[in-house]
Amino acid sequence: MRLFLAAFSISLLLGLEAQASEIGDRERGEQLFEVCAHCHEVGPGAVDGIGPHLNGIFGRRAGSVEDYEYSEGLARMGADGVVWTLETLDIYIENPRAFVSRTRMAFPGLDDPQDRADVLAYLRDFSDNPRDIPEAEPTARPERYAVAPEVLEIVGDREYGAYLSSECRTCHQESGASEGIPDITQWPTEHFVLAMHAYRDGVRPHPVMQMIASRLGDEEIAALAAYFATLGE
Amino acid sequence: MLMNRRVFLGATALVLAAPAAIGQAKPRLVVIGGGAGGGTVARYVARDGQGAVDVTLVEPNAIYHTCFFSNLYLGGVRSYDSLAHNYDRLVGDHGVRHVVDRAVGVDRDARVVTTAGGERIEYDHLVVSPGIDFVEGSVPGWTLDDAEMMPHAYKGGEQVRRLKSLVEAMPEGGVFGMVAPPNPYRCPPGPYERISMIATLLKAKNPTAKILIVDPKEKYSKQALFEEGWQRHYPGMITRIGPDFGGGSIEVRPAAGEFVVDGVVEKVDAACVIPAQRAGDIAAQAGLTNDAGWVPIDPANMRSLADTAITVLGDASQQGDMPKSGFSANSQAKVAANAILGELTGSRVFPAKYSNTCWSLIAPEDGVKVGASYEPTPEKIASVHSFISETGEDAMLRKATFEESLGWYAGITADIFS
Repeated sequence: MRLFLAAFSISLLLGLEAQASEIGDRERGEQLFEVCAHCHEVGPGAVDGIGPHLNGIFGRRAGSVEDYEYSEGLARMGADGVVWTLETLDIYIENPRAFVSRTRMAFPGLDDPQDRADVLAYLRDFSDNPRDIPEAEPTARPERYAVAPEVLEIVGDREYGAYLSSECRTCHQESGASEGIPDITQWPTEHFVLAMHAYRDGVRPHPVMQMIASRLGDEEIAALAAYFATLGE
Repeated sequence: MLMNRRVFLGATALVLAAPAAIGQAKPRLVVIGGGAGGGTVARYVARDGQGAVDVTLVEPNAIYHTCFFSNLYLGGVRSYDSLAHNYDRLVGDHGVRHVVDRAVGVDRDARVVTTAGGERIEYDHLVVSPGIDFVEGSVPGWTLDDAEMMPHAYKGGEQVRRLKSLVEAMPEGGVFGMVAPPNPYRCPPGPYERISMIATLLKAKNPTAKILIVDPKEKYSKQALFEEGWQRHYPGMITRIGPDFGGGSIEVRPAAGEFVVDGVVEKVDAACVIPAQRAGDIAAQAGLTNDAGWVPIDPANMRSLADTAITVLGDASQQGDMPKSGFSANSQAKVAANAILGELTGSRVFPAKYSNTCWSLIAPEDGVKVGASYEPTPEKIASVHSFISETGEDAMLRKATFEESLGWYAGITADIFS
């Protein structure tokens, strides 16, 4: 609490606007963490449980706790270079499936940015050098990362999706083979749409996918989702 | 009842007669070249058309070896056999007729393709996807007859095997030489990935050997990434002579095993000569090429500007900002298949979207990539969004990029041949 207040007064002194990106209330975060604690341990002596331990999570590469068996999706994010920072953790815990497709983290996410900030403020205490972790990222984060309900409700034109999918099929196989490149067949429509929007908005890091998604409209993403959801059935 | 039966029989006879009549009226697509462009367009038109279009593929090889990934064979990362693909599924599953022969003539007025074996194949629409041929005389001292001694190895297949055997036969501490091509050419990072893979081979078997690249270009694709990687993996092994030091003035002496670079004789124990390039011969024979040797196309659908009954795909086309690559040809083929089906069957035609990614291997498990998306403008196929790997990336990311390239190879070859 003291840290939070200190940061707040400094930003006032500097004439900065208070932003949602400021780290939150660690005591409230500790209470909120009780939900996470069903799967994740943190603090002295924490070990892996259903999920990996979260000591030193800030600055840690995704999927890098030794001996913990990650989902293919999360391991891939780590290999692609994702490092857990205030920003990436914030995106992940808002809607885990949008950031890491087919993650095993069965958690629907925290919609409220303040809740996320508070949980992250709590976790920050268990990082190796909390002092080195900024109170806030240098750039302002969006208030929240989300795809509007009306966008999720678009019914995709499957025939258009079939045409658009031909671009995907250069790498993603229709057979569902997934060596080196993930299988995207028979994927729930909402997960597909969330993932593609996350690439298009640049919150999910992968240069090829960002390049492909960058010129797809909402209708086109819905069309692709409609096509792949039933491919191979 | 009898009447009814006769009526029924009559109706049956009509139904039986119908397919033959429809068969004759079926629109005919002929595709010259069974690589990333031609194989893909044949597969998509046959499959998505569900038999509405009669598709004939004219490709002289019964077994096709991809040119992409042939460098990985040189480096010992892939087997030669893993580059081989056949047309069994195009023929068996999708009803494509494969004419195992070389197309030698196109009569655009009569709409007939002739083959070396003398077959005449009529078309309603023709796809020309022949890849590249070389500009005669572009490397003084070298002709196609010298390709045994100094292979180009730039069309995949046996030439690549020949090149590997020459490198393996180099004396200890010998010199491997490459003449790199001027722009534009197939697979912009290809010569430099080849250098990397030959360096991998030499590092393991002949570590005191040297590599000399003679290059007429000021700069080349992924240059910073290759130079950083060569420094790290093969320090002191590779020298590149660019145009500022005479790389633009080259003569080769295949029998003597010599490069003459700006008047200075360099002894080479094995060499690869990649000449200047142009569209495959059949494109010029069909009268489709411009003065530069490439085929101008409509950016919206890859149609030849000289003849709307002909689509030209891949390396042979003058494709604006897109690089000449298997990925590009495959991407263009899908846009073209949609447009051709629309024209021949009236199916829905969607806007063109093109993309490309080129993965290159600098050392085993050290992969990098460059890519872009493209859209048609009235003038050309124009780049929309691009990316490139960065120098200084860690080993884990490079390994992931390499593994991704293996996934891409499996994906694109399935997309062409399955």
